[in-house]
Amino acid sequence: MDWDAFTLSLRLGALTVLLLIPLAILAGRALAVSRFRGKPAIEALVTLPLVLPPTVLGFYLLSGFGAGSLFGGAFDALFGTSLVFTFEGLLLASLIVNIPFAMQPIQRAFEAVGPELREASASCGNGWWRSLWRIELPLAWPGILTGMALTFAHTLGEFGVVLMVGGSIPGETRTISIAIYDRVQAFDNAAAGEMAALLLAISLATIALTFFLTQRIGRRHG
Amino acid sequence: MRLLRLGFVLLAAIFLGPQAHADNRPVVAAAASLQFALTEAADAFAAETGRSVRLSFGSSGNLFRQIQQGAPFEMFLSADEAFVLDLAAKGLTSNGEGDVYATGRLVILVPKDGPVEADGSLAAIPAAIRDGRLKRFAIANPTLAPYGRAAEEALRHAGLWDAVQPRLVTGDNISQAAQFVSSGNAEAGLVSLSLALAPALAARTRYALIAEDWHKPLRQRMALIGEPGEAALLFYAFLQEKTARDIFARYGYAPPGAAM
Repeated sequence: MDWDAFTLSLRLGALTVLLLIPLAILAGRALAVSRFRGKPAIEALVTLPLVLPPTVLGFYLLSGFGAGSLFGGAFDALFGTSLVFTFEGLLLASLIVNIPFAMQPIQRAFEAVGPELREASASCGNGWWRSLWRIELPLAWPGILTGMALTFAHTLGEFGVVLMVGGSIPGETRTISIAIYDRVQAFDNAAAGEMAALLLAISLATIALTFFLTQRIGRRHG
Repeated sequence: MRLLRLGFVLLAAIFLGPQAHADNRPVVAAAASLQFALTEAADAFAAETGRSVRLSFGSSGNLFRQIQQGAPFEMFLSADEAFVLDLAAKGLTSNGEGDVYATGRLVILVPKDGPVEADGSLAAIPAAIRDGRLKRFAIANPTLAPYGRAAEEALRHAGLWDAVQPRLVTGDNISQAAQFVSSGNAEAGLVSLSLALAPALAARTRYALIAEDWHKPLRQRMALIGEPGEAALLFYAFLQEKTARDIFARYGYAPPGAAM
């Protein structure tokens, strides 16, 4: 059992959720309430990482953010760190990969709040912020929590991108998924088995939580 | 809503909680064939000096690519010399062409109770393919792994390349190729002697040496990368001393210069 890799994955997952969910709440709500010409295109773009092969994203990150690339060089000059083979790079990849997992359930939840309630809230003199905080968030929270759970669990499981841009550096980019791969190649099946069982348990718990939350949404509106 | 707040607090706790303190132990990139020998050498280094290194294994070709892309390694042990010499020519090493630290050997590896004999002459391979006993033959990716390249050279030398090619399964690195054999998923494979001698494999597999003149010599070279710190310099020197040399010898490596 590689605890370093596990805590690294937990940190990556937590940080991804903390950065991505607030953005997903704002963007998800905006998409839920608005109707405009390009909306299907935006929604398709948001969903793209769901079907995009992780190696494709890994390839673009390597060529786009690597040393010698324009963006990679600028980032290095600004922050003194590279985006490949670093935790920051993994975080960036993780944020991109998880957009649909965070956005989808949150947008659905805000759509379920419905325009009548929003109008009623507005007619009571509630501004945008007050309406969001007092009326909509309390109603949409099962969707938000689902987005958090999916994003977190998906980050723990991310493999393809991490393999391509991570470099399996202990304590920096060796996440638990990579550690399992690493242990299998070191013929250490015992450790690989423990870590695989742990990820299986976490994934099951996530799915159970998601189902439980979806049911709650269904019950209220059904 | 309360659950939502709890979730956020929990995640914030994970993130802000006891963070892994900045780890300044050097990262050493090493060919997968060194998986066991170098791990043991690093343990001996830690016992002797109280310093430790972080090891990152992969195919030499993959590590070579990562170094060119700026991976933060302080030392690179390749399974051949071409990758290190190439880095030296590009000015990416900090001690020129580095040093040869060992010469490796190629072996045929088979599962212990498998249907194919461990025979270094490979004479029985065509028959095993014909009668269906040999369905999968494991080697490492020849473009990324020096042992994979040596395996291709040896198979060509024996006139078996065309017969074996449809049966090939290629591992990302030599460790994965050996894993295919030890798990019984491939009936035979060509891997490094250093892996065949590792206890974890020796219990489940048999091996036989492939003649050294069937492939180009596997002279393995190492070099320091970037701006190596004190621990990396000490480890580099340690690998050229007797303690480390003895460990490498137990994993079937000939000392530099000996096998020519």
